[in-house]
Amino acid sequence: MHEMSLAVAVVDQVETVARSRGAVGVSSIELEVGELAGVVADALAFCFELACAGTVVEGAELITRTVPGTARCARCAEVWAVGMPPLLLCPGCGAAADELVSGRELRIREVRWADPESGEARRTDAEVPREHRQPITEES
Amino acid sequence: MCRAVDLQRAVLAKNEAAAQILRTELSARGTTVVNLLSSPGSGKTALLERELRLAGERGVSAAALTADLATENDARRLARSGAPVKQVLTDGLCHLEADMVARHLHDWLPESTRLLFVENVGNLVCPAGYDLGESLRVVLASVTEGEDKPLKYPTAFGLAQLVIVTKTDMAEAAEFDEAAFRAHVQQVNPGVEIVLSSVRDGRGAGALLDRALAVAEGNRVHTPVMARAGA
Repeated sequence: MHEMSLAVAVVDQVETVARSRGAVGVSSIELEVGELAGVVADALAFCFELACAGTVVEGAELITRTVPGTARCARCAEVWAVGMPPLLLCPGCGAAADELVSGRELRIREVRWADPESGEARRTDAEVPREHRQPITEES
Repeated sequence: MCRAVDLQRAVLAKNEAAAQILRTELSARGTTVVNLLSSPGSGKTALLERELRLAGERGVSAAALTADLATENDARRLARSGAPVKQVLTDGLCHLEADMVARHLHDWLPESTRLLFVENVGNLVCPAGYDLGESLRVVLASVTEGEDKPLKYPTAFGLAQLVIVTKTDMAEAAEFDEAAFRAHVQQVNPGVEIVLSSVRDGRGAGALLDRALAVAEGNRVHTPVMARAGA
Protein backbone atom coordinates (compact mmCIF):
# COMPACT_ATOMS: atom_id res chain seq x y z
CA MET A 1 0.00 0.00 0.00
CA HIS A 2 1.80 3.10 -1.25
CA GLU A 3 -1.14 5.44 -0.63
CA MET A 4 0.56 6.77 2.52
CA SER A 5 3.58 7.87 0.44
CA LEU A 6 1.21 9.51 -2.03
CA ALA A 7 -0.78 11.24 0.73
CA VAL A 8 2.44 12.63 2.22
CA ALA A 9 3.50 13.84 -1.24
CA VAL A 10 0.14 15.60 -1.71
CA VAL A 11 0.29 17.25 1.71
CA ASP A 12 3.92 18.36 1.20
CA GLN A 13 3.16 19.99 -2.15
CA VAL A 14 -0.03 21.66 -1.01
CA GLU A 15 1.61 22.90 2.19
CA THR A 16 4.45 24.47 0.20
CA VAL A 17 2.05 26.25 -2.13
CA ALA A 18 -0.31 27.33 0.65
CA ARG A 19 2.47 28.70 2.84
CA SER A 20 4.11 30.55 -0.03
CA ARG A 21 0.82 32.36 -0.59
CA GLY A 22 0.21 33.13 3.05
CA ALA A 23 -2.71 30.76 3.56
CA VAL A 24 -3.45 29.80 7.15
CA GLY A 25 -5.62 26.81 6.22
CA VAL A 26 -6.74 24.83 3.18
CA SER A 27 -10.40 24.17 2.52
CA SER A 28 -10.17 21.67 -0.33
CA ILE A 29 -7.78 19.77 -2.59
CA GLU A 30 -8.92 18.31 -5.86
CA LEU A 31 -7.04 15.29 -7.18
CA GLU A 32 -7.28 13.62 -10.57
CA VAL A 33 -6.64 9.90 -10.32
CA GLY A 34 -6.51 7.83 -13.49
CA GLU A 35 -8.05 4.37 -13.62
CA LEU A 36 -4.59 2.99 -14.40
CA ALA A 37 -2.70 4.98 -11.78
CA GLY A 38 -2.84 2.02 -9.40
CA VAL A 39 -4.32 4.07 -6.56
CA VAL A 40 -7.19 3.08 -4.25
CA ALA A 41 -9.18 6.27 -3.59
CA ASP A 42 -10.53 5.10 -0.20
CA ALA A 43 -7.06 4.12 1.00
CA LEU A 44 -5.70 7.47 -0.17
CA ALA A 45 -8.48 9.33 1.69
CA PHE A 46 -7.72 7.38 4.86
CA CYS A 47 -3.99 8.11 4.62
CA PHE A 48 -4.64 11.74 3.76
CA GLU A 49 -6.38 12.28 7.09
CA LEU A 50 -3.29 10.96 8.87
CA ALA A 51 -0.77 12.77 6.68
CA CYS A 52 -2.31 16.21 7.08
CA ALA A 53 -2.62 16.10 10.88
CA GLY A 54 -0.77 19.04 12.41
CA THR A 55 -0.11 20.74 9.07
CA VAL A 56 -1.72 23.75 7.44
CA VAL A 57 -3.68 21.23 5.35
CA GLU A 58 -5.43 19.66 8.34
CA GLY A 59 -9.19 19.63 7.94
CA ALA A 60 -9.10 20.11 4.17
CA GLU A 61 -11.58 18.20 2.05
CA LEU A 62 -9.97 15.78 -0.37
CA ILE A 63 -11.95 15.58 -3.60
CA THR A 64 -10.87 12.70 -5.83
CA ARG A 65 -11.94 12.66 -9.47
CA THR A 66 -11.45 9.39 -11.31
CA VAL A 67 -10.24 9.75 -14.89
CA PRO A 68 -11.25 6.89 -17.19
CA GLY A 69 -8.57 5.27 -19.32
CA THR A 70 -8.81 6.06 -23.03
CA ALA A 71 -6.46 5.14 -25.87
CA ARG A 72 -6.07 6.33 -29.44
CA CYS A 73 -5.32 4.60 -32.72
CA ALA A 74 -3.83 7.02 -35.24
CA ARG A 75 -4.67 4.86 -38.24
CA CYS A 76 -8.37 4.52 -37.42
CA ALA A 77 -8.56 7.97 -35.79
CA GLU A 78 -10.39 6.17 -33.02
CA VAL A 79 -10.39 6.86 -29.29
CA TRP A 80 -11.82 4.15 -27.05
CA ALA A 81 -12.46 3.55 -23.36
CA VAL A 82 -9.82 0.93 -22.49
CA GLY A 83 -11.78 -0.56 -19.57
CA MET A 84 -10.29 -2.63 -16.76
CA PRO A 85 -8.26 -4.68 -17.42
CA PRO A 86 -7.31 -2.30 -20.19
CA LEU A 87 -7.40 -3.18 -23.88
CA LEU A 88 -4.58 -1.31 -25.57
CA LEU A 89 -5.17 -2.89 -28.98
CA CYS A 90 -7.42 -0.95 -31.36
CA PRO A 91 -10.91 -2.49 -31.40
CA GLY A 92 -11.16 -1.41 -35.06
CA CYS A 93 -7.95 -2.71 -36.67
CA GLY A 94 -6.29 -4.71 -33.85
CA ALA A 95 -3.07 -2.69 -34.00
CA ALA A 96 -1.32 -1.35 -30.89
CA ALA A 97 -2.71 1.92 -29.59
CA ASP A 98 -0.54 4.90 -30.42
CA GLU A 99 -0.99 6.41 -27.01
CA LEU A 100 -2.88 6.23 -23.78
CA VAL A 101 -4.81 9.50 -23.96
CA SER A 102 -5.89 9.41 -20.33
CA GLY A 103 -5.92 7.09 -17.35
CA ARG A 104 -2.52 7.42 -15.65
CA GLU A 105 -3.13 10.82 -14.07
CA LEU A 106 -2.09 11.31 -10.49
CA ARG A 107 -2.29 15.02 -10.29
CA ILE A 108 -3.17 17.77 -7.84
CA ARG A 109 -5.57 19.81 -9.92
CA GLU A 110 -6.71 22.55 -7.62
CA VAL A 111 -6.21 23.82 -4.10
CA ARG A 112 -8.66 26.17 -2.38
CA TRP A 113 -8.29 28.14 0.78
CA ALA A 114 -9.90 31.03 2.56
CA ASP A 115 -8.13 34.33 2.14
CA PRO A 116 -6.87 35.30 5.63
CA GLU A 117 -6.89 39.01 4.75
CA SER A 118 -10.62 39.00 4.11
CA GLY A 119 -11.26 37.93 7.69
CA GLU A 120 -13.48 35.15 6.46
CA ALA A 121 -11.02 32.34 6.92
CA ARG A 122 -12.85 30.78 9.77
CA ARG A 123 -16.27 31.03 8.22
CA THR A 124 -15.18 29.58 4.90
CA ASP A 125 -13.47 26.72 6.66
CA ALA A 126 -16.63 25.99 8.62
CA GLU A 127 -18.59 25.96 5.40
CA VAL A 128 -16.79 22.91 4.11
CA PRO A 129 -19.63 20.42 3.95
CA ARG A 130 -18.69 17.51 6.17
CA GLU A 131 -20.89 15.11 4.24
CA HIS A 132 -18.68 15.56 1.17
CA ARG A 133 -15.60 14.26 2.91
CA GLN A 134 -14.13 10.98 1.82
CA PRO A 135 -15.19 8.02 3.93
CA ILE A 136 -12.64 6.33 6.13
CA THR A 137 -12.97 2.59 6.04
CA GLU A 138 -11.37 0.00 8.26
CA GLU A 139 -10.44 -2.09 5.22
CA SER A 140 -8.16 0.63 3.89
CA MET B 1 -13.14 35.34 -0.16
CA CYS B 2 -11.93 31.96 -1.26
CA ARG B 3 -8.78 31.57 -3.30
CA ALA B 4 -8.06 28.75 -5.68
CA VAL B 5 -4.81 27.71 -7.33
CA ASP B 6 -4.98 25.73 -10.53
CA LEU B 7 -1.99 23.61 -9.55
CA GLN B 8 -1.87 20.88 -12.22
CA ARG B 9 1.03 19.23 -10.47
CA ALA B 10 1.93 15.56 -10.51
CA VAL B 11 1.70 14.02 -7.04
CA LEU B 12 4.92 12.12 -7.73
CA ALA B 13 6.72 15.14 -9.22
CA LYS B 14 9.41 14.97 -6.52
CA ASN B 15 10.17 11.31 -7.23
CA GLU B 16 10.15 11.89 -10.97
CA ALA B 17 12.61 14.77 -10.63
CA ALA B 18 14.89 12.70 -8.36
CA ALA B 19 14.73 9.78 -10.82
CA GLN B 20 15.65 12.02 -13.73
CA ILE B 21 18.65 13.45 -11.85
CA LEU B 22 19.81 9.94 -10.94
CA ARG B 23 19.45 8.72 -14.53
CA THR B 24 21.41 11.70 -15.85
CA GLU B 25 24.18 11.39 -13.23
CA LEU B 26 24.58 7.64 -13.65
CA SER B 27 24.52 7.65 -17.43
CA ALA B 28 27.15 10.42 -17.41
CA ARG B 29 29.49 7.99 -15.61
CA GLY B 30 28.48 5.09 -17.84
CA THR B 31 26.11 3.23 -15.51
CA THR B 32 22.75 1.93 -16.76
CA VAL B 33 20.05 1.04 -14.24
CA VAL B 34 17.72 -1.95 -14.67
CA ASN B 35 14.63 -2.05 -12.42
CA LEU B 36 13.27 -5.56 -11.74
CA LEU B 37 9.66 -5.95 -10.60
CA SER B 38 7.65 -9.04 -9.73
CA SER B 39 5.46 -10.67 -7.11
CA PRO B 40 7.24 -12.20 -4.12
CA GLY B 41 8.67 -15.56 -5.10
CA SER B 42 8.72 -15.12 -8.88
CA GLY B 43 12.45 -15.71 -8.98
CA LYS B 44 14.03 -12.26 -9.23
CA THR B 45 16.93 -13.22 -6.99
CA ALA B 46 17.59 -16.55 -8.71
CA LEU B 47 17.56 -14.89 -12.12
CA LEU B 48 19.85 -12.11 -10.93
CA GLU B 49 22.26 -14.59 -9.36
CA ARG B 50 22.65 -16.27 -12.75
CA GLU B 51 22.93 -13.06 -14.76
CA LEU B 52 25.45 -11.51 -12.35
CA ARG B 53 27.58 -14.64 -12.54
CA LEU B 54 27.46 -14.51 -16.33
CA ALA B 55 28.36 -10.81 -16.26
CA GLY B 56 31.43 -11.70 -14.20
CA GLU B 57 32.43 -14.43 -16.67
CA ARG B 58 32.08 -12.02 -19.57
CA GLY B 59 34.00 -9.24 -17.83
CA VAL B 60 30.99 -6.90 -17.60
CA SER B 61 31.04 -4.91 -14.38
CA ALA B 62 27.60 -5.31 -12.86
CA ALA B 63 26.27 -4.59 -9.37
CA ALA B 64 22.98 -5.17 -7.60
CA LEU B 65 20.86 -3.34 -5.09
CA THR B 66 18.26 -5.62 -3.57
CA ALA B 67 15.27 -4.43 -1.56
CA ASP B 68 13.23 -6.27 1.02
CA LEU B 69 11.10 -5.36 3.99
CA ALA B 70 13.38 -7.43 6.21
CA THR B 71 16.39 -9.82 6.17
CA GLU B 72 19.63 -9.63 4.23
CA ASN B 73 19.16 -13.09 2.74
CA ASP B 74 18.94 -11.89 -0.86
CA ALA B 75 22.11 -9.84 -0.62
CA ARG B 76 23.96 -12.90 0.72
CA ARG B 77 22.65 -15.01 -2.18
CA LEU B 78 23.54 -12.43 -4.81
CA ALA B 79 27.00 -11.82 -3.33
CA ARG B 80 27.92 -15.42 -4.24
CA SER B 81 28.15 -14.22 -7.85
CA GLY B 82 31.13 -12.08 -6.86
CA ALA B 83 29.41 -8.85 -7.92
CA PRO B 84 29.14 -5.86 -5.56
CA VAL B 85 25.78 -6.20 -3.81
CA LYS B 86 23.94 -4.05 -1.32
CA GLN B 87 20.78 -4.80 0.62
CA VAL B 88 18.16 -2.09 1.10
CA LEU B 89 15.86 -2.69 4.05
CA THR B 90 12.68 -0.72 3.54
CA ASP B 91 11.39 -1.25 7.11
CA GLY B 92 7.95 -2.17 5.90
CA LEU B 93 7.69 0.17 2.93
CA CYS B 94 6.22 -1.68 -0.05
CA HIS B 95 8.28 -0.07 -2.80
CA LEU B 96 11.53 1.74 -3.54
CA GLU B 97 11.67 5.43 -4.36
CA ALA B 98 14.34 7.22 -6.38
CA ASP B 99 15.86 9.10 -3.44
CA MET B 100 16.21 5.84 -1.48
CA VAL B 101 18.17 4.35 -4.38
CA ALA B 102 20.33 7.47 -4.64
CA ARG B 103 21.10 7.37 -0.91
CA HIS B 104 22.21 3.76 -1.06
CA LEU B 105 24.43 4.28 -4.09
CA HIS B 106 26.33 7.08 -2.43
CA ASP B 107 29.72 5.82 -1.19
CA TRP B 108 29.02 2.30 -2.40
CA LEU B 109 28.58 1.93 -6.17
CA PRO B 110 31.96 1.32 -7.81
CA GLU B 111 32.75 4.02 -10.39
CA SER B 112 33.32 1.49 -13.14
CA THR B 113 29.85 -0.13 -12.84
CA ARG B 114 28.33 -0.67 -16.26
CA LEU B 115 25.04 -2.21 -15.16
CA LEU B 116 23.21 -1.68 -11.90
CA PHE B 117 20.37 -4.11 -11.30
CA VAL B 118 17.79 -2.94 -8.77
CA GLU B 119 15.72 -5.78 -7.37
CA ASN B 120 12.57 -4.01 -6.21
CA VAL B 121 10.42 -5.11 -3.28
CA GLY B 122 8.35 -8.14 -4.31
CA ASN B 123 5.08 -6.41 -5.18
CA LEU B 124 3.32 -5.71 -8.49
CA VAL B 125 1.20 -2.77 -7.34
CA CYS B 126 3.16 -0.03 -5.62
CA PRO B 127 6.59 -0.23 -7.32
CA ALA B 128 4.91 0.28 -10.71
CA GLY B 129 4.32 3.96 -10.00
CA TYR B 130 7.90 4.82 -9.04
CA ASP B 131 10.60 5.65 -11.56
CA LEU B 132 13.97 4.75 -10.02
CA GLY B 133 16.09 6.35 -12.71
CA GLU B 134 16.16 3.13 -14.70
CA SER B 135 16.70 2.85 -18.43
CA LEU B 136 15.17 -0.62 -18.58
CA ARG B 137 12.19 -1.81 -16.60
CA VAL B 138 11.74 -5.57 -16.42
CA VAL B 139 8.71 -7.42 -15.05
CA LEU B 140 8.95 -11.11 -14.15
CA ALA B 141 6.20 -13.68 -13.79
CA SER B 142 6.70 -17.35 -13.01
CA VAL B 143 4.71 -20.07 -14.73
CA THR B 144 3.00 -20.99 -11.46
CA GLU B 145 1.37 -17.57 -11.10
CA GLY B 146 -1.31 -17.97 -13.76
CA GLU B 147 -1.66 -16.69 -17.30
CA ASP B 148 -3.88 -13.80 -16.25
CA LYS B 149 -1.26 -12.06 -14.09
CA PRO B 150 -0.77 -9.29 -16.71
CA LEU B 151 -4.51 -8.53 -16.58
CA LYS B 152 -4.59 -8.52 -12.79
CA TYR B 153 -1.63 -6.11 -12.58
CA PRO B 154 -2.02 -4.13 -15.79
CA THR B 155 0.00 -1.09 -14.73
CA ALA B 156 3.06 -3.13 -13.77
CA PHE B 157 2.96 -5.22 -16.97
CA GLY B 158 1.78 -2.25 -19.04
CA LEU B 159 4.90 -0.23 -18.20
CA ALA B 160 7.41 -3.08 -18.67
CA GLN B 161 10.06 -2.75 -21.34
CA LEU B 162 10.86 -6.45 -21.11
CA VAL B 163 8.83 -9.33 -19.67
CA ILE B 164 10.57 -12.48 -18.41
CA VAL B 165 8.66 -15.69 -17.74
CA THR B 166 10.56 -17.63 -15.08
CA LYS B 167 10.61 -21.27 -13.92
CA THR B 168 9.65 -22.54 -17.38
CA ASP B 169 11.05 -25.96 -16.43
CA MET B 170 7.85 -26.27 -14.37
CA ALA B 171 5.52 -25.05 -17.14
CA GLU B 172 4.08 -28.45 -17.91
CA ALA B 173 3.41 -29.36 -14.29
CA ALA B 174 1.79 -25.96 -13.72
CA GLU B 175 -0.21 -26.34 -16.97
CA PHE B 176 1.04 -22.91 -18.01
CA ASP B 177 -0.75 -21.69 -21.13
CA GLU B 178 1.97 -19.70 -22.86
CA ALA B 179 -0.25 -18.49 -25.70
CA ALA B 180 -2.81 -17.08 -23.25
CA PHE B 181 -0.07 -15.38 -21.23
CA ARG B 182 1.35 -13.81 -24.39
CA ALA B 183 -2.10 -12.60 -25.46
CA HIS B 184 -2.67 -11.01 -22.06
CA VAL B 185 0.68 -9.25 -22.12
CA GLN B 186 -0.06 -8.06 -25.66
CA GLN B 187 -3.42 -6.64 -24.53
CA VAL B 188 -1.88 -4.35 -21.91
CA ASN B 189 1.52 -3.79 -23.53
CA PRO B 190 1.49 -4.41 -27.28
CA GLY B 191 4.90 -5.14 -28.77
CA VAL B 192 6.86 -5.80 -25.57
CA GLU B 193 9.39 -8.64 -25.80
CA ILE B 194 8.74 -11.77 -23.73
CA VAL B 195 11.72 -13.94 -22.77
CA LEU B 196 11.35 -17.49 -21.40
CA SER B 197 13.73 -18.41 -18.64
CA SER B 198 14.63 -21.18 -16.24
CA VAL B 199 17.63 -21.10 -13.96
CA ARG B 200 17.28 -24.86 -13.51
CA ASP B 201 17.68 -25.91 -17.12
CA GLY B 202 19.54 -22.81 -18.32
CA ARG B 203 16.84 -21.55 -20.66
CA GLY B 204 17.22 -17.87 -21.46
CA ALA B 205 20.62 -17.64 -19.77
CA GLY B 206 22.20 -14.27 -20.50
CA ALA B 207 19.04 -12.81 -22.07
CA LEU B 208 18.59 -10.20 -19.36
CA LEU B 209 22.28 -9.34 -19.47
CA ASP B 210 22.19 -9.00 -23.28
CA ARG B 211 19.11 -6.75 -23.22
CA ALA B 212 20.61 -4.59 -20.46
CA LEU B 213 23.89 -4.24 -22.38
CA ALA B 214 22.00 -3.31 -25.55
CA VAL B 215 20.29 -0.49 -23.64
CA ALA B 216 23.65 0.56 -22.15
CA GLU B 217 25.03 0.76 -25.69
CA GLY B 218 22.26 3.15 -26.64
CA ASN B 219 20.02 0.76 -28.58
CA ARG B 220 16.39 1.72 -28.78
CA VAL B 221 14.25 0.29 -26.04
CA HIS B 222 10.55 -0.58 -26.22
CA THR B 223 8.24 2.30 -25.26
CA PRO B 224 5.02 0.87 -23.82
CA VAL B 225 1.69 2.40 -24.93
CA MET B 226 1.01 3.21 -21.28
CA ALA B 227 4.20 5.25 -21.12
CA ARG B 228 3.14 7.15 -24.24
CA ALA B 229 0.59 8.93 -22.16
CA GLY B 230 -1.19 12.08 -23.11
CA ALA B 231 -2.03 12.31 -19.42
